[in-house]
Amino acid sequence: MSQSIRLRVARYRPDKDTEPGWQEYDVPLREEWTVLDGLNHVKNEVDTTLSFRWSCRMGICGSCGMNVGGEPRLTCATFLSDYAPGPVDVAPLSNFPVVRDLVVDITDFMEKLPRVKPWLIRDEEQPVDEGEYLQSPEELDAYKQFSMCINCMLCYAACPVYGLEPEFIGPAAIALAERYDLDSRDHGTRQRLDVLIEQEGVYGCTFVGECTRVCPKHVDPAAAIQRYKLKAAQESVKMFLLPRALRR
Amino acid sequence: MSTEDLRYHPRVPVLWWTRKPSYFVFVMRELSSLFIAWLVLYLLLFVRAVGRGDAAYADFLAWATSPWLVVLNAVAFAFLVLHTITWFSLTPQAMVIDLGGRRVPPAVIIGAQYAALAVVSVLVYWLVTR
Ligand code: SF4
Ligand code: FES
Repeated sequence: MSQSIRLRVARYRPDKDTEPGWQEYDVPLREEWTVLDGLNHVKNEVDTTLSFRWSCRMGICGSCGMNVGGEPRLTCATFLSDYAPGPVDVAPLSNFPVVRDLVVDITDFMEKLPRVKPWLIRDEEQPVDEGEYLQSPEELDAYKQFSMCINCMLCYAACPVYGLEPEFIGPAAIALAERYDLDSRDHGTRQRLDVLIEQEGVYGCTFVGECTRVCPKHVDPAAAIQRYKLKAAQESVKMFLLPRALRR
Repeated sequence: MSTEDLRYHPRVPVLWWTRKPSYFVFVMRELSSLFIAWLVLYLLLFVRAVGRGDAAYADFLAWATSPWLVVLNAVAFAFLVLHTITWFSLTPQAMVIDLGGRRVPPAVIIGAQYAALAVVSVLVYWLVTR
């Protein structure tokens, strides 16, 4: 096939540039090529200095997230043909510092994530010889949707609140908190609520809803956040009304 | 290792909310709260005028028909409609209602809110025109 499509790629070389600029590359337009395939073609055949991240090429690792045509997308799951005849803008995810070209620094999220304790918390650990913690299919269904998150950060790139207020703990972290709260084996609700009830927690969110729209795994972080707000509000009312002994 | 920060820190442009229709609708929904507050105030003024007797009520009506106020209230009403529609359509995401072990579909939750709105409106209409 002789057809090609033009990629307009954001470049930022920290040793040379003070701010990002654009560079254009023509890549073959093949029906089965994703944006990531186009970038790999550039890297292999045209310009070896271009930097970007990817790993699995199958929508699982979450490392190939970029802004394609102004929308946060997994580039390995976004087809070039959907943008024909082009050009296609490829830029780093919004709301994160850019390390180089299309590579962003997600340290902020890596620091925030453990704050919501995204692991099973038990009041009492049952001895190993008593076997595993069993769970019914219904109990699995209760949290399954929120467990599909691949930490791709598309939701953070889509969230204007996170862009304006970097302190906001953000959609994926809250969705993961909800994932463990809804797990029948977990007893950590109280501890997570203490973190998320803070100003930078769920109340930072003003329900733009873009996080859910861009999420490639249908996690629906917006729903998780709103449910958490309800939980937090109930908790505040209880704290206010009930004597200490009756709380929880 | 150098301590100089070489990362590029993007800034959110002032007009970020004009970039996508969904952002725009969101900002308008936030803005609608101001108009809702105004309509509540207007209603309170109205109730107060009614409570103060015929003269005050006549004054209120005269004030309420001034062109600028009619325009303001028309705009406020448009925002009220936007607020209601967007608010109703967001609720199913925030509320998970289980009935008989099955999740109530979003359309039913949204429909129930419009039904409730209709019932309350009819009730208020009946109270006022009775
Ligand atoms: S919630 Fe969705 S968009 Fe956000 S990090 Fe997880 S998978 Fe990605
Ligand atoms: S390369 Fe792993 S999600 Fe795209």
